[in-house]
Amino acid sequence: MTNKKVKVATVSLAGCFGCHMSFLDLDERLVELVEHVEFDRSPLTDIEHCSSDCDIGLIEGGVCNSENVHVLREFRKNCKILVAVGACAINGGLPAMRNHISLEDCLNEAYVSGVGVENPQIPNDVELPLLLDKVHPLHEVVKIDYFLPGCPPSADVFWKFLTDLLAGREPSLSYELVHFD
Amino acid sequence: MQQFIRQLAQENDFQSTRLLKILRAVQARYFHIPKAAIEQLALILSIPRTQIQNVIEFYSFFHLEPRGKYDILISSSITDLMVGQEELINYFSEKLGVKIGEVRADGVVSLNNTSCTGMCDQSLAGLVNGYALTNLTKSRIDEIVENVNKQLPLEQWSSDLFTVADNIIKPDLLLNQKPTQGEAINATFARGLKETLDEVEKSGLRGRGGAGYTTAWKWKFCSEDEGICDIEAQRQKQRYIICNADEGEPGTFKDRVLLNSYADSVFEGMTVAAAIIGATQGFIYLRGEYLHLYEKLEAILAVRRNANLLGKNILQHGFDFDIEICLGAGAYICGEESALIESLEGKAGIPRNRPPYPVTSGYLGKPTSVNNVETFLAAANIAIHGGDWFANLGTAKSKGTKVLSISGDCAKAGIYEYPFGTTIQTVLDDCGATDVLGVQVGGPSGTFISNDEFERKLAFEDLATGGSFIVFNNSRSILDVVHNFSHFFAHESCGFCTPCRVGTSLLKKQVDKIVEGHGSAGDIVALEELCQLIKNYSHCGLGQTAANPVLTTLERYPELYQNMLKKISYEPGFDLDKSLETARRMAHRDDAAAHLAQVE
Repeated sequence: MTNKKVKVATVSLAGCFGCHMSFLDLDERLVELVEHVEFDRSPLTDIEHCSSDCDIGLIEGGVCNSENVHVLREFRKNCKILVAVGACAINGGLPAMRNHISLEDCLNEAYVSGVGVENPQIPNDVELPLLLDKVHPLHEVVKIDYFLPGCPPSADVFWKFLTDLLAGREPSLSYELVHFD
Repeated sequence: MQQFIRQLAQENDFQSTRLLKILRAVQARYFHIPKAAIEQLALILSIPRTQIQNVIEFYSFFHLEPRGKYDILISSSITDLMVGQEELINYFSEKLGVKIGEVRADGVVSLNNTSCTGMCDQSLAGLVNGYALTNLTKSRIDEIVENVNKQLPLEQWSSDLFTVADNIIKPDLLLNQKPTQGEAINATFARGLKETLDEVEKSGLRGRGGAGYTTAWKWKFCSEDEGICDIEAQRQKQRYIICNADEGEPGTFKDRVLLNSYADSVFEGMTVAAAIIGATQGFIYLRGEYLHLYEKLEAILAVRRNANLLGKNILQHGFDFDIEICLGAGAYICGEESALIESLEGKAGIPRNRPPYPVTSGYLGKPTSVNNVETFLAAANIAIHGGDWFANLGTAKSKGTKVLSISGDCAKAGIYEYPFGTTIQTVLDDCGATDVLGVQVGGPSGTFISNDEFERKLAFEDLATGGSFIVFNNSRSILDVVHNFSHFFAHESCGFCTPCRVGTSLLKKQVDKIVEGHGSAGDIVALEELCQLIKNYSHCGLGQTAANPVLTTLERYPELYQNMLKKISYEPGFDLDKSLETARRMAHRDDAAAHLAQVE
């Protein structure tokens, strides 16, 4: 490992932050980790945009709206290695369950005809990102280099993956780390 | 309804193995399988409700929601697309006033696409309430629409709509033989059972469904039983003969013709096989799309029973055997022998783990020999004429002749029989194909060969085929063909194993992405990796061959795929801006932030 710290950026798109929570389960290993990495854009640092020389981008969640697309593209542009983290990033996951229902029905149910809706209207502020018809996994929108399976991937998965990369090895996850039954 | 179902179950001896037959009758009467029927059947057949539900959801011809009183399906095989399927089905949909895939508001009619119906030499083909429609043109569609709107019973429709032609164009060794009326059975017993099996072995006959397993070995393994030493116990052990008439490979229709015009010989081939292996019961698993043959085949069986060619003590040889016809319900996978057996047992057609092979543990766990229609036809004639008669034709490893179903861009589509070893060029010359781009040999699961390879030969050691032979001329696009085939496999995957269930869908998406012009630099590599994964990790032959359309064309025409890639940087596989359209409309927005560029 070289002296220069590796820059890691993280973000949660259409996800639940569960993958980030699992990442924090690294617990005391985080202390060792920050000796080798520096966090760039991430909910952990509150840095708003990626620096142009990020090494690793960890992305949780799928792509459900226009903002997700912009953020994902920012990561792709600025990170050398882009990683899809967790079931939603890889397959769309739970948010993609709405793919079986038309977006029109979803919006009507939530904002117009649903039980207990007052002052029914579809939100239309220009600040709000618009929803895509379907929720997509990351690799359908940009090129993804690695996939970390799990809902969420365990702290050990993050540890093995990052330490492999830091040591300059091709990351490999043993069967014990990716079997879920 | 309760009484109807009770009676139906009674007619079928309350056997859960007859579930498909029972459900076919319920579907025909109520245009779907009502919930109450499922409950009642579960009770009287003593099987779980979920098993019935599973079967209904598995087969394309069963529905939980009502279809129209006239349920019309249009074949979307590649040969149908070649005669303008898309335009014609849209015309149909417009005239009937029903969207494709839906039921008209009055419940009278429903319309949908279906996989190849085995009428590729008389496209556009379709089905109405399961009965085959052929040569559909706009004027014939008009006639059907009129019949439907008048709610005319099918019996009163012009029989011309249902005419199915044999189109036997080039008969050879087998197709020149007259249907047998006991000659093969008598010859078998006169020569001796073991001696006849020796003749079948000498003939070199290999399975005609495509895989090409030596028929005599299959029968030998099926008749042996090393586990049981007591001869009496061996004799009592039930064995089964099954004729696989579930020809679902797009472009194959020779079994339909063999059953229409050579059924006697096919039945006799089954009878000979049964005598050799010691089976008393046989089944024909007839694909649901061939419903129009059902009554005719039943009638032939009845005649054969009267002539003592079936039944007890057949022709005084002291041997009992009978044949039952079982109809499928629209599932390509049931052509795979172990899936077929599952289906015959009244279950979803999901391939079994092999071994054990059906010859040791098949139908109801008993030794079973499953052979193709054409194999039985050949076997009956070999029993009469001897092994050499057959082995004189063909190549060293592929003896005899092969019946081909030829369709696509040729002057005379239909049935052709050739000795193995015949070159593709000879076949193309005979069927009047000119300006040929390539030929799909063996259907979507087979090989696409280019016009540099027409000196290759029909043979198991070169180009193996179950009989499908689709010709494409230079006006056709290879990627359209691949597109159609990849959609076919994604639709027909049985869903049991992940590499095939997910893989065929991913493959379909990736092919769509490239064909629709969204492909970029890494997409061909990703496509190839996906193909290898599906091929190497799938459970059965369907998955193992589902990537063949891509692999065989990618190998021959890499530039064709490369030319579809317009950009270096990665491009999403779908139209980003278009997928914001609904949200834009509902939020009444059209500002800059309400749009997305396809590529950054």
